[in-house]
Amino acid sequence: MTAALIFLALLMGVVVWWLVRQTINVKPWVASAPQGIQSGVGFLPPSKLALGVLLAVITSLFALFISAYSIRMEVADWRPLPEPALLWVNTAVLFAASVGLQWAWRGAARENWPAVRRGTAVGAACALAFMIGQLIAWRQLTAAGYLVAGNPANSFFYLLTGLHVLHLLGGLVALMKTGGYVRAQAAAQARTGVELCAVYWHFLFVVWLILFGLLLST
Amino acid sequence: MVFAIALVVLVVGSVAFHILSPWYLTDLASNWGTIDTTISITFWVTGIVFVAVNLFMAYCVYKFRYQKNRRAEYQPENTKLEFWLTAVTAVGVAAMLAPGLIVWADFVTPPDDAVEVEAIGQQWHWSYRLPGDDGKFGNVDARFLTDDNPFGMDPDDPNGQDDRLVESNKVHLLKDQPVKVNLRSKDVLHNFTVTQFRVKMDLVPGLVSYLWLTPTKAGEFEVLCEELCGIGHFAMRGLVIVDEPADYDAWYSSLPTYAEVAARLPGDPVVGQGQYAICVACHGPQGAGLQLLNAPKIAGQEDWYLRRQLNYYKSGARGAHPEDIYGRQMAPMMATLATDQAVENVIAYIQTFPDAPAEATITGNAERGKDLWITCGACHGERGQGIKAMNAPRMAGMTDWYLARQLENFKADIRGKHKDDLYGWQMAQMARILKDDDAVNDVIAYINTLNGAPPGAGDQLAAVGAIHLAAEE
Amino acid sequence: MAQVAHDAVTDADLGPFEIEDPELYHPKTFIGKYIWSQDAKVIAVQYGITAIAIGLVALALSILMRLQLGWPDAFSLIQPANYLQFVTMHGMIMVIYLLTALFLGGFGNYLIPLMCGARDMVFPYVNMVSYWVYLAAVLILVASFFVPGGPTGAGWTLYPPQAVVGGTPGTGAGIILMLISLCVFIVGFTMGGLNYVVTVLQARTRGMTLMRLPLTVWGIFMATVLALLAFPALFVSCIMMILDSLIGTSFFMPAMIAEGQQTAYDGGSPILFQHLFWFFGHPEVYIVALPAFGIVSDVLSTHARKNIFGYRMMVWAIVAIGALSFVVWAHHMYVSGMNPYFGFFFATTTLIIAVPTAIKVYNWVLTLWRGNIQLTVPMLFAIGFIFTFINGGLTGLFLGNVTVDLPLSDTYFVVAHFHMVMAVSPVLVVFGAIYHWYPKITGKMLDDTLGKVHFWMTFLGTYAIYYPMHYLGFEGMPRRYYAYGTDTAFMSQSAHTLNEAISIAAIFVAIAQMVFLYNIVRSLTKGKEAGPNPWNATTLEWQTPHTPPRHGNFDELPSVYRWAYDYGVPGAEQDFIPQNVPSEELAAARAKDEGAQGEGKADG
Repeated sequence: MTAALIFLALLMGVVVWWLVRQTINVKPWVASAPQGIQSGVGFLPPSKLALGVLLAVITSLFALFISAYSIRMEVADWRPLPEPALLWVNTAVLFAASVGLQWAWRGAARENWPAVRRGTAVGAACALAFMIGQLIAWRQLTAAGYLVAGNPANSFFYLLTGLHVLHLLGGLVALMKTGGYVRAQAAAQARTGVELCAVYWHFLFVVWLILFGLLLST
Repeated sequence: MVFAIALVVLVVGSVAFHILSPWYLTDLASNWGTIDTTISITFWVTGIVFVAVNLFMAYCVYKFRYQKNRRAEYQPENTKLEFWLTAVTAVGVAAMLAPGLIVWADFVTPPDDAVEVEAIGQQWHWSYRLPGDDGKFGNVDARFLTDDNPFGMDPDDPNGQDDRLVESNKVHLLKDQPVKVNLRSKDVLHNFTVTQFRVKMDLVPGLVSYLWLTPTKAGEFEVLCEELCGIGHFAMRGLVIVDEPADYDAWYSSLPTYAEVAARLPGDPVVGQGQYAICVACHGPQGAGLQLLNAPKIAGQEDWYLRRQLNYYKSGARGAHPEDIYGRQMAPMMATLATDQAVENVIAYIQTFPDAPAEATITGNAERGKDLWITCGACHGERGQGIKAMNAPRMAGMTDWYLARQLENFKADIRGKHKDDLYGWQMAQMARILKDDDAVNDVIAYINTLNGAPPGAGDQLAAVGAIHLAAEE
Repeated sequence: MAQVAHDAVTDADLGPFEIEDPELYHPKTFIGKYIWSQDAKVIAVQYGITAIAIGLVALALSILMRLQLGWPDAFSLIQPANYLQFVTMHGMIMVIYLLTALFLGGFGNYLIPLMCGARDMVFPYVNMVSYWVYLAAVLILVASFFVPGGPTGAGWTLYPPQAVVGGTPGTGAGIILMLISLCVFIVGFTMGGLNYVVTVLQARTRGMTLMRLPLTVWGIFMATVLALLAFPALFVSCIMMILDSLIGTSFFMPAMIAEGQQTAYDGGSPILFQHLFWFFGHPEVYIVALPAFGIVSDVLSTHARKNIFGYRMMVWAIVAIGALSFVVWAHHMYVSGMNPYFGFFFATTTLIIAVPTAIKVYNWVLTLWRGNIQLTVPMLFAIGFIFTFINGGLTGLFLGNVTVDLPLSDTYFVVAHFHMVMAVSPVLVVFGAIYHWYPKITGKMLDDTLGKVHFWMTFLGTYAIYYPMHYLGFEGMPRRYYAYGTDTAFMSQSAHTLNEAISIAAIFVAIAQMVFLYNIVRSLTKGKEAGPNPWNATTLEWQTPHTPPRHGNFDELPSVYRWAYDYGVPGAEQDFIPQNVPSEELAAARAKDEGAQGEGKADG
């Protein structure tokens, strides 16, 4: 459970630090007129904060899977499976997807709509290519006799990669919706959408790097 | 006012209940008096807090009850008071925690002079193993578990050959001898609890857990499973018998070693045919049974069950109860099978009989019986085929009037109550689920529809039941 | 709205506050208003009704269990398999589908936007979807009653391997539906949870600093954070168990036999499941408890006409309990066969968590001290809660202390403890909260006499059920047993009689709930008109221009000048000052007293 605990400790640390800043030296019973426009966390719009919370939840999910992985690994029946070389290619493709969306994000910030369109297209296409690549990697492993129930190492491989792809799929749905805003030239929504998608893509890329590193190292 | 009085009454009542309660820790029979001490400490600390805080609250509710012209005191906080309350609480917590941790340190480190016993759990029985004269347990593995190797012994491990096997729910311990009980499960999670010993621990398939204790009182103590392990959980009992040295040695030397068990000779049906002569009058030449003489069908019944019952008749564990009229007729017959080998031979001969389903004589609502059978089938098999590993004999195709009588006997404590009838107590508990008069007939009507074949591959329920056999790899 | 301009800062200085058009908040059709509603208040009621409906099923199951335990030879319809299914479904429904959903989905949705001074949740559409996904989870759960083999009977902890293989009821479709239902619930909850967190952080009205939030919002907020981080653990274990069950992986399933036959499972770790389950399961206790802590604080303060004592300490206790709840999980596993050395660590953390919990209790009681206590029905429930919670909390010190847990674990002591602390206590708060906020939700008061009858029957009845039950646990009576037999040596014959008495008390309590339901339904039409603020409370939900509040909550968003606990303020006209009422004299007087220092930093 170490991975999950480390993640939680960090998160709780942030929460407590933030709370201390909010509350220290405050005498809540003292009445006063409101100052400023709103009492919320000023630096983030709600949608970005929501994405942040969602990413924390997803991180918790993967951290727990990694914890389970490292506990289950200790048992004697664990037989590591060979990672297909294709995974390296897929990693590069997912990186390209991230770059594409970063490009779109910069474009959106400058209201450069052609760049946004190209960037999101690259991001979406590469994400799709990554998913197809993962599927091919699955088929290669199945063909080589590494079935999902054959060994816990196999089970975890399919489970972790599958879950990661599912999250990417969810991201694609959001990206499609953002694509609609871009086409409709709805500047505000498009900008937010592209930004959120870019952050999500980077996040999933990092998650993939961690998962891939874990799979390679064990 | 009423509320304040109610709170005071509840506090006083709770304390009085605690003092007067006839329900409290059972008499201690092990070295774990320290556990009882930590409970007392915890009771004192929590009891004081319980009384003090609740009485204070009752006082507040009375004293500061609503008055129209009064205002509450405006007091946002009182840092000093809060600090002191926190400090006192921390001291109280430490007073409970420290002794707890000291005793726990004792619990996790068995003493060097502790002898080892292994308690093995399965749905829904106990068995035990002793390391034998070499003091070392042989290797075991779940993969070795079969009907013929119920302990899962590694046949090639020399350390295991002299292990003493206890194929029984009962185990004996030596008084005043520290013992480390290793715990192992053959199937699901179980828990080894002897209430009078205070300690307990789960059995987890795939690993060996342990607990240790020194029994300090001679006597018999029930072993309970306290981890929900399925339908039969409530009837999974064992017995620990704490002996003085002489009794213990007698018991120990009566235990077979693994090598002896593995070398048991099969019976000889040809010799058995001669010894069956006395049985034939009632049970018939082909073992088909005869209702007129109250003799059940024995053809098709499994050998291990016949062996157990015949030995029970011999030892008086069955057929000795004054109201067991027909059992009392059977008991003297067994005198003719004097040796174990004779019993084996007869059983071997019975196994050669052709097996035809007995005629149905009892009618009932088979649909309702099917629902009742869910419990029975958990041990006797979904198709009533009998499962040796569960110590549950075959039901399907056997004489139904006999089943009815036995169920009634179990319910009335005529059968299964004897202390040497290892699995009878469990069946007596189970028979009691047939609570009304029709239930027995209904379940037997359903048994009459079963064919006893093991569940086929096409059986949907079994397929979803997720017993994945040999499908992969 | 009362006069807004005051002090140095005026509305004009603050600038335009709202971007959204309140016109958006007027759905035209009945379906838009009550079925596919995006109004958090309607969603709250939907959550509430669904949760209470499924909770009634769980109540019925508990009565069936008690019938079997009280009179083991009487009811032939209750077979061992059924009994275990009742145990399992009762526990799971009560913990997840009733209490979690009701506190967060029900009270969270109703109270967060109103108490924060927001028009609605930040993402109303996602909020609506959250409810419908929850409903789907409930329906999947209910469906498991009707599949072959029935629902799972593995206990609400769903421990493998018994949850997956033979010998336990519902190892077929039952367990799969249970796991799927939980996954769906978690997805739905995550949508709602995102809303609650973001709304609390981002949509508070001006002047509503974090330290002015009512403790109800604090409790629900922290519980939501816990749930968002802890539910993934349940999700992970559910997914892995589904795979173990359906396609034969061995995450949790060891090499073992089932019904005398070898299985193909190998090497899996049942303890791993328990770690994951309790990593969720222990925070889950606080997911239910923290909202109850928050709500009861507000109810106590309102009806004692006194500020909550030690507000800052209360907030920090909530945060500390929340953070600590992630490092105590294995105290559920002292006798699970895990490495016994873990016991030292987890016993210590568990007993440490008692300190902030005790502080909360002290502060509740000190809130009553020198108050002006109105024993209204909500107040009765709130004080009943304190009494019950003290009892349940103290028995937690027995079970949390690893050595004391040894004899008591898996006995009726555990059952009594967690029902006291996690069932009766929160449920008393739920009732208190419903009596407290029903007038705002419906505009009608609940009947006082029926409410008192309900309180006394429930409070005394539950104590009669669970207090003696601890002693059955001391005697060693194991839990989750279908029957005890009459020949168990260490169980006294009187223990069976006590079991019967407990069953009678349980039926008595169940009848009391019918009184409650009758009151709820009857008061909808026959209740006294409540008016906007029947309890003279300070928090914003009582200051809405309409009762019940309309979609959008406020005509003009309120500004907040003070904390939620200005009861009995010296010199004030009334014994309460709502949060949105400025008081110039007071502000001026305070400014002299305390200097500008306190005020300057009061904003978040």
